[in-house]
Amino acid sequence: MLKADPLANVLYIDLSKKRHWVERREDLFEKNIGGAGVAVEILHEECPQGADPLSPENPIIFAVGPLTGLFPLASKTVAMFKSPHTGNLGESHAGGRSAVAIRTAGYGAIVIRGANDIPGYVAIHGSEVHFRDARTLWGMRNSFTVGRIIRENEPAAGLRSIMRIGRAGEKLIPYACVTTESYRHFGRLGLGAVFGSKKLKAVVVSGKHSLPVGGGGAAEYRRVYDQIYQEAVASPVMKKYHDLGTPENVLPLNALGGLPTRNLKDARFEGADRISGEALAEHYLGRRLACSHCPVGCIHIAALREPDENEPYFYKTSMISYDYELIYALGSMLGGSDPEGLLKLIDRIEVYGLDAMSTGVVLAWATEAQERGLVSEDAAGGLRLAWGDYPAYLEAVRRIIEQPNEFYAALARGVEHAASVYGGEDFALAFGGNEMPGYHTGPGAYLGFLVGARHSHLDSAGYSVDQKVLTKKQIGPDELAREILKEERWRQVLSSLVVCFFARGIYSPDTTAAALRVAGFDCTSEDLQRIGAVIHTRKYAFKFREGFSFDTLRVPERVSETPSPVGTLDSRYLQAAVDYVCSDISRAGC
Amino acid sequence: MRLSAVDTERCIGCQSCMFACARRLGEAGLASTCIGVRSIGGMERGFKVVVCRACDDPPCARVCPVGALQVRKGGGVRLDEARCIGCGHCRDACIIGAVFWDDETAKPMICVHCGYCAKFCPHGVLSVETAETTESAPGIGMAVRGESMERQERLERAPQANNAVDATEKAEGAGANA
Repeated sequence: MLKADPLANVLYIDLSKKRHWVERREDLFEKNIGGAGVAVEILHEECPQGADPLSPENPIIFAVGPLTGLFPLASKTVAMFKSPHTGNLGESHAGGRSAVAIRTAGYGAIVIRGANDIPGYVAIHGSEVHFRDARTLWGMRNSFTVGRIIRENEPAAGLRSIMRIGRAGEKLIPYACVTTESYRHFGRLGLGAVFGSKKLKAVVVSGKHSLPVGGGGAAEYRRVYDQIYQEAVASPVMKKYHDLGTPENVLPLNALGGLPTRNLKDARFEGADRISGEALAEHYLGRRLACSHCPVGCIHIAALREPDENEPYFYKTSMISYDYELIYALGSMLGGSDPEGLLKLIDRIEVYGLDAMSTGVVLAWATEAQERGLVSEDAAGGLRLAWGDYPAYLEAVRRIIEQPNEFYAALARGVEHAASVYGGEDFALAFGGNEMPGYHTGPGAYLGFLVGARHSHLDSAGYSVDQKVLTKKQIGPDELAREILKEERWRQVLSSLVVCFFARGIYSPDTTAAALRVAGFDCTSEDLQRIGAVIHTRKYAFKFREGFSFDTLRVPERVSETPSPVGTLDSRYLQAAVDYVCSDISRAGC
Repeated sequence: MRLSAVDTERCIGCQSCMFACARRLGEAGLASTCIGVRSIGGMERGFKVVVCRACDDPPCARVCPVGALQVRKGGGVRLDEARCIGCGHCRDACIIGAVFWDDETAKPMICVHCGYCAKFCPHGVLSVETAETTESAPGIGMAVRGESMERQERLERAPQANNAVDATEKAEGAGANA
């Protein structure tokens, strides 16, 4: 890496002692690039074995990469922590302005240790770190308001990121998210609860550092930049994300029979037309946004105009961000085809700072559990949940936050826990403890959920293997496992460069190597493959250390009951693929 | 020619223009950008684009006590960095905040209207307007903007940056991606 590059600066912040300092960690970045690779090493260093995820012992690590601030689309921040939701690896990625702000503030990573004694937020402006009082913000109902107040209190508009939690994080709900720039999220695995446990309401980061470029100088920098930029604005894939955004997938997945519907009792939703990307764009799309340094702008914001119930000519307009996963989790999964109900539920979840996917799956399970009589209306405090009944779901989400009785307290701990109390494990759709994403496409997707280090569809995009390979030909479980592992290992490289996965086609191994040379990293594409494999192994080492085991992975029977686009899921096939991954990872040295 | 934010409602806040402005000098990051994109009270409300609008009678030049800012033919100003004492009056006089500040040299940074940023606006927010009075000589970017000697040298070596980009080409570039 370049000698003058501030990337190697790791900012350590100790909330308990109200101290901060910077360490040069060239060792970490030269070996592991940045992002996920660097964060997992710091997690090994910082998190004691067996630490309670909601204790001051659990660190929060944010990391960016060498291409951030240099090239388009290297726009993600990787957060790592021990997950209060699964008890092992906690990792989530968000865009917004966070990555560029951290990089131009002069850091490659930020480590937060300890805990506040009273609610506070941390403001990092370049080399200055301020510990601010947030007692006034704690308990505030609406997380949008929190953002507005912090915006007015802090300098550097346009050059900053405000990462904050809502009530869900304060209440330590293990699937609470951290929101940045109103609409982007460190969504999965409960970073919001880790913030909450530290009485940390927000982290503000701003900067305007210049960053050095090496290999080939300014001319080569501009040449590589122009190539990446042109591909980004001209490629059909990127146009897709710009036009309709991720919701473009609603109709194709529904046509295929892979759109989980009514807690996956079905995989086709008769109301999909009303909540598709096309329908939402036509009737509600009000604005498109981009992460910092991404010309694509995949973020789609609906403008919802609602009349007041009592007062004539009194309207309020809310701007609500929607994506495919939200349409799945809070739309089809709940049997909801009313777009306004869907948008209101998305907005409510945003206001509280919950992970939308986990919340949707929890509500879907609760609806079916009531339907089957496992949970009485009485136990639910008089609330009857029914498919598509958005007023009931809005109320249920409020109760998940307030937890007025045992039932809602159980829902607030996730679907796995709720089913362990009330029964209905067969239709409690979590994998490795994490609620499922919106792909009932076949064994590739499920294998990815089960063995992905984050139990995320983004670990290995198994849904893509289902659609591109398995719909055309059969492959054995070993071959499927190899495909999944290969993709997950390469994605370790992308998430260490912090390149958005949507741009994975643009950042081919050759382009990546050229961009890295500008940033002062001399890596061949073989080097990158090797580094990806090592990072994957290190993540699994952490998981095993914290008690993860392939033997305890559970596949809810529901996934075999509802036919997928590639036929009925064979649990023995899936198990064989899991076994292959297990032995492969053991061979890799975990 | 002068740079103009023609439709900020089209802005998605990607800040590609800001990075382009710095990259013109061969730099990454945002330290030397002369254009600013920021939200209007949160992303939900959209963006403003802060950039020099090349006033015909620029207040920044009027308040300069040492004559370091000279009115440019066609609007806007050019900075004579040797004269500048870094008092910051120009920054205070610009009510749209388009006089940016170089923290290292403690001197102003002002858009030179080279149009490089507009080439990287994917959605037609920025465009370059050519006035009859515009000087179309190459090297406009280099000549106008106040730079430290080191930066000036870098700029001279930069193949694309120091040429005023042909306005037609730019308009097409912006249109194609819009």
